[in-house]
Amino acid sequence: MARVLVGVKRVIDYAVKIRVKPDKTGVVTEGIKHSMNPFDEIAVEEAVRLKEKKIANEIIAVSCGPAQAQDVLRTALAMGADKAIHVEVSGQDYETLQPIHVSKILAKIAQNEKADLIIVGKQAIDDDCNQTAQMTAGFLDWPQATFASKIDKEENHIVVKREVDGGLETIKCKLPAVISADLRLNEPRYATLPNIMKAKKKPLTKLTPKDLGVDTSPRIQILKVEDPPVRQAGTIVPDVDTLIVKLKEQGHI
Amino acid sequence: MTQKARIIELYKKLLHLGRDYPSGYEFFRVRLHNSFMRNSKETDPEKIEKMIDHGHYIAKELEALYMMKKYRTLKRRYYDK
Repeated sequence: MARVLVGVKRVIDYAVKIRVKPDKTGVVTEGIKHSMNPFDEIAVEEAVRLKEKKIANEIIAVSCGPAQAQDVLRTALAMGADKAIHVEVSGQDYETLQPIHVSKILAKIAQNEKADLIIVGKQAIDDDCNQTAQMTAGFLDWPQATFASKIDKEENHIVVKREVDGGLETIKCKLPAVISADLRLNEPRYATLPNIMKAKKKPLTKLTPKDLGVDTSPRIQILKVEDPPVRQAGTIVPDVDTLIVKLKEQGHI
Repeated sequence: MTQKARIIELYKKLLHLGRDYPSGYEFFRVRLHNSFMRNSKETDPEKIEKMIDHGHYIAKELEALYMMKKYRTLKRRYYDK
């Protein structure tokens, strides 16, 4: 039986159109719908499935962020996590919070909670860093199985199918280990209303990075945030000959 | 649970799902309310039972719709070259 730690991040909902602040210091987050990072939903779902298969016995969801991060922790609890830990980082500190800080926090909690397995989403859809799983494994000196698309438990190790360029790689690694979930690992369940209600009774612990002895002082400085370039309008050419002339002009053929 | 309680439960479940509806919560809520009101005069318990089953079927369809929408969006953003 294993204790599983899952990392969840609160991000701007995937369906929301992102707007950059006029002063280019970041994106507009006030009054915008947030939800759990979709890759983290997949991670939570996998942990819950491991519990249903009696491989895991306890699932601990962790989130680092402002007070509203508790909303995604409640979602994780509603999906089937047993308890939640909220590491409160807010305001200016949160803006420069980097995967390196989060992975130190996760590593510390994994040691405190005696976790056997850490599952996180491969990346968050807001900063697209894709670093947390790798660095957490580094800090703990545990093996890592990133971009998992299938996880099987055998005796004392796990067998993970990984999504690599142009195919799948199967690896075997010892426990404890860190896994990052890829898109095709599973199909996350929907947090139903009765389960959300029940989740309110599940324990949620609040911590600060200081409690864990993690320094969250900024490693980076945000210089500017800009919109991606707007796609140029196309032109309609009257016939094939003009098309070929135009393509030649621009050096495409 | 009485039939009435189950109908109210179904209504709440669908309302909850409606919060993520692509055309917006208000769009969904109005239509949901109308469809429940349309059948509110029904008195045959068997027919009502069928309607409740249909409601749960719709709820499953909605969950599947949201999952597909999210999956496809992510696939388009991160995987298709």
